[in-house]
Amino acid sequence: MTRATLALAQRALRLNLRRPQFLAPMLVFPSLLLAINTGGLERTTQLPGFPEVNGFLDFQLAAAMVQALLLGGVTSGIATALEIEGGFFDRLVASPIPRGAIVVGRLLAAGVLGALVVTWFLTVGLVFGATIEGGVGGVLVVYAIGVLAGVGFGAIGVLLALRARNASTVQGIFPIVFVILFLSSAFFPADLLHAPADWVAAYNPLSYIADGIRAPIIDGISATPVLRGVAAAAGVVVVFGGLSIVALRGRLGAG
Amino acid sequence: MGAAIETVGLERAFKGGVKAVDGIDVAVAPGEVYGFLGPNGAGKTTTVRMLVTLLRPTGGHARVAGFDVAEHPSEVRRRIGVALQEAALDLLMTGRELIGLQATLHGIPRADVAARGEELIRRVGLEQAQDRRVGTYSGGMRRRLDLAMALIHEPQVLFLDEPTTGLDPVSRLTLWDEVRRLRDEGTTVFLTTQYLEEADQLADRVGIISGGRIVADGTPAQLKAGVGSPHLDITLSDAGAAGRAREVLGRFGAHLPPPAGVHLSLEAPAGAAAIAPVVRALDEAGLAVAGLDLVEPTLDDVFVQHTGRHLEGAGQAGEDAGAPAAAVGGAA
Repeated sequence: MTRATLALAQRALRLNLRRPQFLAPMLVFPSLLLAINTGGLERTTQLPGFPEVNGFLDFQLAAAMVQALLLGGVTSGIATALEIEGGFFDRLVASPIPRGAIVVGRLLAAGVLGALVVTWFLTVGLVFGATIEGGVGGVLVVYAIGVLAGVGFGAIGVLLALRARNASTVQGIFPIVFVILFLSSAFFPADLLHAPADWVAAYNPLSYIADGIRAPIIDGISATPVLRGVAAAAGVVVVFGGLSIVALRGRLGAG
Repeated sequence: MGAAIETVGLERAFKGGVKAVDGIDVAVAPGEVYGFLGPNGAGKTTTVRMLVTLLRPTGGHARVAGFDVAEHPSEVRRRIGVALQEAALDLLMTGRELIGLQATLHGIPRADVAARGEELIRRVGLEQAQDRRVGTYSGGMRRRLDLAMALIHEPQVLFLDEPTTGLDPVSRLTLWDEVRRLRDEGTTVFLTTQYLEEADQLADRVGIISGGRIVADGTPAQLKAGVGSPHLDITLSDAGAAGRAREVLGRFGAHLPPPAGVHLSLEAPAGAAAIAPVVRALDEAGLAVAGLDLVEPTLDDVFVQHTGRHLEGAGQAGEDAGAPAAAVGGAA
């Protein structure tokens, strides 16, 4: 990891903290939805097919985390687009650092934001009575998948920014990702979804990321959901991180 | 030693086949300030973006600091400083943070970053503002910070893309002084501008670009000499005496068609030295002069000669377009 990459990551993080209008929604909206769902949908845990849980809060923590991580991706995308619009991105591209460092620096910051999201919701969950069945090991698994997913969603945001080149388009496109989130098992168990939502959820990487985060909370560390969650998050990182670097190189040719 | 910047048939076409830059040949010597003059949309910025490796050429070749911009972009980036249009700065960062980041991006050793940053901040006069967010800076301060960042690694070649556009006159003059200082230090400067006076004042050589092509290239003096010599515009107190004045002044040089409101226009290759003899001759002939202007050829005249139109924005920077170099009123 180069000094320049770390400097860019540090800068991205610092600017996130200086833009509370970006950072606050990332935590506030999912927290509100978590509160509303937990307060109003507690009885759904009694539905046939609903997994054994201590409470709906335990089940919903993963959904809130994935939602917040996606909003973190929006933040990364908008920040990148603003740099492109303002010309600062050109300054980075015109400096003698590898092109990949520009993207990787931003994604490292997205990973740290992911850790912040996990910390926030684990704290909220524990304060309001959730239990982490997987214990300390489970917490570490949640962090691992959360950070990986944060990086991956950041990569989606960066890719959109590099393609669209303006912040409003990034902001406009990203809600589609939330539609995809609702077509996953993040908010309800896949077994309780009707067609075609169940079919989409079965192929939706967000399902595996949410289930991978959820399993250590409600059930302890079991290999299958955790490994699937890690694989899905890593897949998003590799695919969208790679596409972002390709898009950055393409910017030079297209002007 | 080879050229600091050299382009051969440099081209850039965009989607639809529109050529923003259409076969540019430029050679800039080390230590030279090259003024790249042209109106908005002429291809200045596209050319600069290719030279600083932000845009791939679609034709021709360009070498900067000895390296081909397409084949060795990293080598080029190590050796150039870039201040792009409208000071591309992060408004949420402080001046000190930005300088530090730029130093890191250019691989300046950690131990040297602070000292080098301080030196540049002092050089551009931002000591008091360095810990404020850039968003609170004036336009002139942002340009100065931008320049300091471009100089952090002591580049061989500095690209300044319209560095004074939108600045107030005082800030403009401050930046001009800094460009002169860089020239004195031996830095090669590629300066794009739409201001005639800026090119005239700062550039050792000027290239005029129009429609993506270089239409004229030379020192400002060479270019202006190419469009003719200075002339005197004379306004007489008595318009009816113009014929007699023409006779009296016939021995000084050829008469030119006078512009509106002027009675006589006389070629004056000697420039200001011609004023006193002309005024004396008219005085001796009993002809009263209401006004007399020495008009030097301008880069705008050069632009008009090569493109058939005036440079857009002429007059915005206290332009020399049509401005008298010396004026005498009410003599004799």
